[in-house]
Amino acid sequence: MSITIAGVSRRFGDFQALSGVNLQVPAGSLTALLGPSGSGKTTLLRIIAGLESADAGQVLFDDRDVTQLAARERGVGFVFQHYALFRHMTVAENIAFGLRVRKAAAADVNQRVQELLRLVRLEGLGQRLPTELSGGQRQRVALARALAVRPQMLLLDEPFGALDARVRQELRGWLRRLHQEMHVTTVFVTHDQEEAFEMADQVVVMNQGRIEQTGSPQQVFDHPATSFVMDFLGNVNVFHGRVTAGRLEAGPIRMAWSGYTQDEPRNATAYVRPHELEIDRHAEATALQATILQVTPAGSLLRVRLLAEGYGVELNVDVVRERADQLQLRPGEQIFVRPKTARVFMPEPEYVI
Amino acid sequence: MHVSGGGGMANGRGLRANGDPLWLRVLLIGMAMAVTGVLIVIPIVYVFVQAFSDGVGAWWSQLTEDPDTRHSVLLTLSVAPTAVLANTIFGLAAAWTLTRFRFRGRLLLLTLLDLPFAVSPVVAGLCILLIYGSQGWLGPWLKQAGVQVVFAWPGLFLATTFVTLPFVARELIPLMESLGADEELAAVSLGAGPWQLFWRVTLPNIRWGLLFGVIQCHARAMGEFGAVKVVSGGISGQTDTMPLRVEKLFQEYNNPGSYAVASVLTIMALATLTAAWALEHWTNRRPTPSGKEH
Repeated sequence: MSITIAGVSRRFGDFQALSGVNLQVPAGSLTALLGPSGSGKTTLLRIIAGLESADAGQVLFDDRDVTQLAARERGVGFVFQHYALFRHMTVAENIAFGLRVRKAAAADVNQRVQELLRLVRLEGLGQRLPTELSGGQRQRVALARALAVRPQMLLLDEPFGALDARVRQELRGWLRRLHQEMHVTTVFVTHDQEEAFEMADQVVVMNQGRIEQTGSPQQVFDHPATSFVMDFLGNVNVFHGRVTAGRLEAGPIRMAWSGYTQDEPRNATAYVRPHELEIDRHAEATALQATILQVTPAGSLLRVRLLAEGYGVELNVDVVRERADQLQLRPGEQIFVRPKTARVFMPEPEYVI
Repeated sequence: MHVSGGGGMANGRGLRANGDPLWLRVLLIGMAMAVTGVLIVIPIVYVFVQAFSDGVGAWWSQLTEDPDTRHSVLLTLSVAPTAVLANTIFGLAAAWTLTRFRFRGRLLLLTLLDLPFAVSPVVAGLCILLIYGSQGWLGPWLKQAGVQVVFAWPGLFLATTFVTLPFVARELIPLMESLGADEELAAVSLGAGPWQLFWRVTLPNIRWGLLFGVIQCHARAMGEFGAVKVVSGGISGQTDTMPLRVEKLFQEYNNPGSYAVASVLTIMALATLTAAWALEHWTNRRPTPSGKEH
């Protein structure tokens, strides 16, 4: 079942949580709503679920307008960040809840509960209370509870936010596999870009109640539509400067940029990802001298933190292992660094009257 | 906290109280005991001593042989539970409204809820008189309709309800605030209707708090004097509740009768208090409900 959001706005007092959001979630997809806190992603998720109402706009499931439909009639499975398990019920009773309120036959309920306990790998724990489970187990119960009623879509609000790193990693992979098996349209909210990129086939980057960009993880990462997306995707070196007649000067970066060819200088910001900077022992024309502050191994990469004294900026550079072995980088050494490429964003000019 | 500052705390050897000199501890504890004894224990014991001074048989006949006294017991046992029922329904509704919705005037409502605790019960009774009495606002209209409020059961009910209004709501509001709405939202998204939501999710989560509020409310409702005094008109055998009966018997120099009724009122209060204490003791031993960890 596909989801269409058309011009949805929501205001809480003086706070505009959502302003005119349009979004298409294809049937069977796994979509991430990614953004900082206060960007409106949770509000949007709750509006899709019917747990929050929109001031304006429409929500469509396939072609059906569900804007006025109550949450309990939308057939949506919702998973809360803090699980929201019924604390006075056992695990099995929690999972059975949705079926029991629909007056399903007891035998069917029991069978379905066993099925789901197997699915979330909690066989034998049906009689435990939620307080007797670990965080990861609780979140799996919450998922089983949401899936028990065979929802047409699954909505998850920061599902792994309250879990520790190892459990989070495990559950991500598990949820991804679960989605591949069931193909139920799934939308989850996260502020963790790694989580969004690892799990989703569509990433929606949100900021201040608006959608900044929608696309596949690859598209969003390689072709960020706005400076916010670039910034938010994180771990990026930012250089403020200006463009004049097709040339950019931003800190150490000097390069041709065809995005602006007029003679009047305009402010611009250049973004360079850590892997787009190259470290060398020898000076080159466009290279910039810097001192190594810190060297941290990170998997197949070496993370190097530099201080470019000439510009007073700190830089993050990722060096692949082979190259790092050649260079033998040590803190305190002087090296040269050169951007291979950069993305330039020009803010709208501020006219002064 | 400064590690060097706390003395006893820093080396982890227990509470600061252990550092106070013995004489100070004995003095403070002794004073607390003395005040409690003089103000609370002695008067209550004295009520029982007086009530049973002529033996249990005399006490029993004081209670059962006077029809007006018998009526006062029944009246209290009908007015108080009805007021408690009304305040339970009101308290649930108020707590739900105030914790689950954010609206203009919410803080005002929260403050107004405490008004019955602040206003003197006599004033509350007077207000009822001024509104529903024969000279009052609604008096003529009520008279035409043939409904008597003041100097009758409805007046007693109104006065008692007003005075005990905040108990249940006050108990539930912080509880429901701390529980949060997530479980209820989860239930709704799973397809629960309003009644299923209340009976299966909300009520099980708040039952102990609710029961505690009801018990407190009931204890206060039985003992209410001031507001009820104003609206009752003191008609023996008709509008005298137990507290009013105690006073009336005392004014009529019937001390044994007065003490007998007072002792029953005290027993009822003590029973309620014991129930509340047992409940608190028991719920505190249960594992703290959680499911919300940050």
